[in-house]
Amino acid sequence: MTVADRLVSIGAGTRQLLSSLGYAARLFVRLLWLVGRVFMRPSLLIQQMYFLGNLSLVIIAVSGLFVGFVLGLQGYYTLSRYGSSSALGVLVALSLVRELGPVVTALLFAGRAGTSLTAEIGLMKAGEQIAAMEMMAVDPVVRVLAPRFWAGVIVMPLLAAVFSAVGIMGGYVVGVVMIGVDAGQFWSQMQSGVDVFKDVGNGVIKSVVFGLAVTFVALLQGWRSQPTPEGVSRATTRTVVIASLAVLALDFVLTAMMFST
Amino acid sequence: MNQRKIDLWVGILVVLGAAALLFLALKAGNLLQINWGPTYSVTARFDNIGGLKADAPVKSAGVVVGRVTSITFDNQTFQADVHMAIDQRFKFPVDTSAKILTAGLLGDQYIDFSPGGSEKNLANGSVIRNTQSAVVLENLIGQFLYNKAASSGAGDGK
Repeated sequence: MTVADRLVSIGAGTRQLLSSLGYAARLFVRLLWLVGRVFMRPSLLIQQMYFLGNLSLVIIAVSGLFVGFVLGLQGYYTLSRYGSSSALGVLVALSLVRELGPVVTALLFAGRAGTSLTAEIGLMKAGEQIAAMEMMAVDPVVRVLAPRFWAGVIVMPLLAAVFSAVGIMGGYVVGVVMIGVDAGQFWSQMQSGVDVFKDVGNGVIKSVVFGLAVTFVALLQGWRSQPTPEGVSRATTRTVVIASLAVLALDFVLTAMMFST
Repeated sequence: MNQRKIDLWVGILVVLGAAALLFLALKAGNLLQINWGPTYSVTARFDNIGGLKADAPVKSAGVVVGRVTSITFDNQTFQADVHMAIDQRFKFPVDTSAKILTAGLLGDQYIDFSPGGSEKNLANGSVIRNTQSAVVLENLIGQFLYNKAASSGAGDGK
C-alpha cells in the first residue's frame, strides 16, 4: 500500500469511528428518554428483569460469598501482623461496599447477562425479527431495546447490594466463626467505620452507572452486529471486553470524584 | 413461563435486593447512629486547629454530643472559628471549655467539651471563650529539645 492509501484508510477509519460514536450516543439518549414508555408496559420490563436479574442471582451470591471468604482470610493475615485484627469488619465492609461490590458485580453481569443480551439481539437481527417488527410499524428500539436497558439499570444495584451483603457475611463466617476474631469488635468497628451516605450511597451510585454502561454496551453490540453466526460471536466477545474496560475506567473516574479529599 | 410466575420471581429479587441494601445501611453502616434531631449552633475560637476537619465529632465525657459543621478563618482576630451543631437535648454552661484532642495516639482529631460551673447555658449562636488549641507535634519536639539543651547547659555551667 502506498503512503497515500494508508492516509486514506486512516481518514476513513476515523470517520467511521466518529460516526459510530455518534450513532451510539444518539441511541443512548433515546433509550434514556424512553423510560416513561417502558413503565407503561411493565410486563416486558419485568420479564427482562427476570432474565437479567434472577438468573444472575446465583452467580452473584456465590461469588460474593467466596470474595467475602478471601477478604476475611487475607485481611486477617495482614491486620494481625500489626495487631489490628479487630479492624477486620471495617476492612471487609469498606472493600466490598465501596469497590468490590459494584465492580465485580458489573464484570460478572457483563459476562453473564451482557453476553446473553448481545447474542439474543444479534440473533433477532440475523433471523430478521427486527426487520419484521419495522414492517409492522412497531419500533424495535421501544419494544426490544428499551425494556432490556432499563431492566439492566434497575437490576444492577440490587445485585451489587446482594454481593456486598453476602460478602460481609462471608467475611464474618471466616473471621469470627472460623478464625476467632471478636464478634462484637467486628460489627461495632464496622458500624462506626462505614458511613451510610458516603460509602453505601456512593457504592449504589457506582452500581447504577455501571448498569447503564454495561447494559448499553451489550445492547449496542447486539444491535450493530453482523447478522451472521461469526458476527454474533464477535459481538459477544466485544461486549465482554468493552464493557469490562468501561467499568474499570468509570470506576477510576467515579472513585476520584467521590472519595477525593 | 407464564407472566404470573415471572412476576413472583422478580418480586422476590427486588425484595432480596432491598433487604441487602437495608442490611448494609443498618448493620454495616451507621444509619441508626445518625442524629436526626434538632441542633443548636455554637462557635469556638482556636489559635490552632491542627488536623481538625469538618464533620469531626464533638464529645463530652467521651460521648458524642454534636458535630463540627464548618471551620473558617477570621481575618480580624487571626484565629480559626469552628462552628458546631450540638444536639438540643444537651445543654452546656457558658464557661464550658473546648479542647482539641486526638482519638488514640495518631487518630482523627475531635473537640472535647469540659463543662464549667456557670448557671447560664450556651444558646444558639453563642461563642465559647475558653479554648485549648491542638497539640502540634513539631512544637512539642522543639520544646523537648530546648528543655534538654537548657537542663544540660545548666548542669555543665555549674
